[in-house]
Amino acid sequence: MSKITDMTATHNWSGQKLVSTDYMLFEAPRTKHFMTGSEVVKEAVKRATVDASVSYPITPQSEAAHLIGELWAEGYVGVYFRGENEFGVMSEVAGCSMAGARTITTTSGPGTLRAMENFAQWSGTRAPMQLILMARGINSPLTIQPDNLEVQYLLETGCMIWYAENVQELFDMSLAAFTVAEKPDVHVPIITAVDGFFVSHTREAVMLPEDDIALQPYNPYAAPLPPIDSEMPPGRFLRDPFVMKSNYISYATHASWQWEIRSAVERSKPYARHYLNGLVHVTGTEDAEIAFVTCGTASNQAKEAERELNKLGVKSKVIKLRTIRPFPEDELLEALEGVKHVFVPEFNVVGWLSNEVKAKLYGKSDANIVGAPRVAGGMSMPAEAIIKEVMENINPGKGA
Amino acid sequence: MSHDIYKINPEFREIMPKEIIELEENATWAKNMDKPRGIKELPDTKELLEEHSLCAGCPEAAALRYVLSALPKPEDTIIVNSTGCTSLMFPHIALHTVHSLFGNQNAVASGIKRVLDWRFPDTQKDVVVLAGDGATVDIGLDYTLQSFFRQEKITTICFDNEVYANTGGQESGMTAKGQVFKMAPTGKKFDKVPMWELAKTSGCHYSVNMTASAPKAVAKAVREAILVAREIGPTYINLYTPCILEIGLSANEGLGEMKDQDKDRFASYKHVSPEAEEYLKKCKAEGLL
Repeated sequence: MSKITDMTATHNWSGQKLVSTDYMLFEAPRTKHFMTGSEVVKEAVKRATVDASVSYPITPQSEAAHLIGELWAEGYVGVYFRGENEFGVMSEVAGCSMAGARTITTTSGPGTLRAMENFAQWSGTRAPMQLILMARGINSPLTIQPDNLEVQYLLETGCMIWYAENVQELFDMSLAAFTVAEKPDVHVPIITAVDGFFVSHTREAVMLPEDDIALQPYNPYAAPLPPIDSEMPPGRFLRDPFVMKSNYISYATHASWQWEIRSAVERSKPYARHYLNGLVHVTGTEDAEIAFVTCGTASNQAKEAERELNKLGVKSKVIKLRTIRPFPEDELLEALEGVKHVFVPEFNVVGWLSNEVKAKLYGKSDANIVGAPRVAGGMSMPAEAIIKEVMENINPGKGA
Repeated sequence: MSHDIYKINPEFREIMPKEIIELEENATWAKNMDKPRGIKELPDTKELLEEHSLCAGCPEAAALRYVLSALPKPEDTIIVNSTGCTSLMFPHIALHTVHSLFGNQNAVASGIKRVLDWRFPDTQKDVVVLAGDGATVDIGLDYTLQSFFRQEKITTICFDNEVYANTGGQESGMTAKGQVFKMAPTGKKFDKVPMWELAKTSGCHYSVNMTASAPKAVAKAVREAILVAREIGPTYINLYTPCILEIGLSANEGLGEMKDQDKDRFASYKHVSPEAEEYLKKCKAEGLL
């Protein structure tokens, strides 16, 4: 096992050379590999100088969690163990992060909901850990299939939420995620989401930097709140001072704390813009009157529909949102300039993304927003279904 | 080094409350002590500040003072607590404390302890869980027991008042059978959970069941439990601290209730594993006890 005391000014405890996030993401030479989403989580953690990780099995994230365990056995991760269930794990990683560790964990579907109380508590303590969420259906009936309904439940927890479309994005995002989440003026937890199976179990070509370099270690003493390690004040106060009495001061304290967390999430935008090359990614025809607003693998399906629509003489574009919290409202509005029809295809039954888009564009865009098509419970979303939806809307009564 | 964190910034000294200045001057940091800290120093020490928000005469407030007086190394001790009456006291103590969620205290403590051992391999950092019976034995039982199974090097102290006190007096797993409380309007239907025995069978190397009637005895158990947790493995203390409000006693009757129970339901139970016993002998020889 590795020891933290093996770390030097230039190398981490496993002997990897410490580099900046800019070098890791933009400058380091890369070579091509053929890997699944689970495997690139391991590759990202391997290059991230991670102090701690706690795991619990649930399909489809188990494999990523196993592989982080292997990294610990190989000496790349400081602390690793299996927790008792997801509520326990999210509590254990909270402890790890509060105690000053760069911390990561993974979960899926029902596990996310079992742990739900923790996510708001994470953001409330401004602890910058990362959750890799490999989204999966919520019971009942029982399903292990991809579906991202659980993200709806996470939207108002105060955590940042980024969404990766493919294996390459998952690798790059999970490295950038630590960097942005740990910025002293941000310093909130981050959830990096992908659609389970579609990304976690899909093998794709991915460009990776060499594994003898790693991110600079987390410095808990640059945090806006002191780590719980008995090395710093705050004397007699809790790290997360709570409010109990029903009076105006308590109300104001709680309200201002909640707003500060949300402001911190907003403050991440310039950093995310830099490390993710923009909060949104636009493909297709620039002056299109039809736009798809998407996240995750729905973007991939929408891009296929865009290409097919182009062949039919219908110009469209795909606006992929890389960050959901913070919501890239300005970028979306800019990309929607001149657009008359907005379609939001989603891998869940309630349409949380279209609700978000409608709420954010209300009074600011005249476009007709169609929250469709939606699939759930592991169904794929063929481009034909998206094209049909478009044709029925732009040519009412005439069908596809 | 770490006791310097309680030095007051000279710029702020003029506006500091008197109790904070006294804390800086009188706290019994282990490094300053020739012999183990203890109950005797309590009147002059400041680990718990004077004011707390518990009911007058609450045995928990006294018990917390005994616990704090017995910490072997307060400047390197983290206390993790949970929702309940106990959590109302923590803003008043001069240690790093965490109040996370209701029931997850042993899970949070596990993460903290493992990371502190990783980050500070050459410094002994003690992690102590201190929560009520609802948090320890009901909603948090899974996390309590699993931390014992995993052999986490933490000490768990349960302030067992046999009721959910802070939410207004509901029956808990630690309530005695037959007792009428809210949510058990015809009396509790099953026996009090023998948590001290569960602790033993779940892997604790030190488990005691006692009342908080005798300060010295409480302090001794706390000190032994923390020392064993440092070197050997998980330890558990079940401490009867009756909710005088919910069982209808006056502010001055808590001590009498605990003394009565010393001879009855809380007659002393103590389990010490052979390796813990061996280690405690060594501690005694070295003057740590």
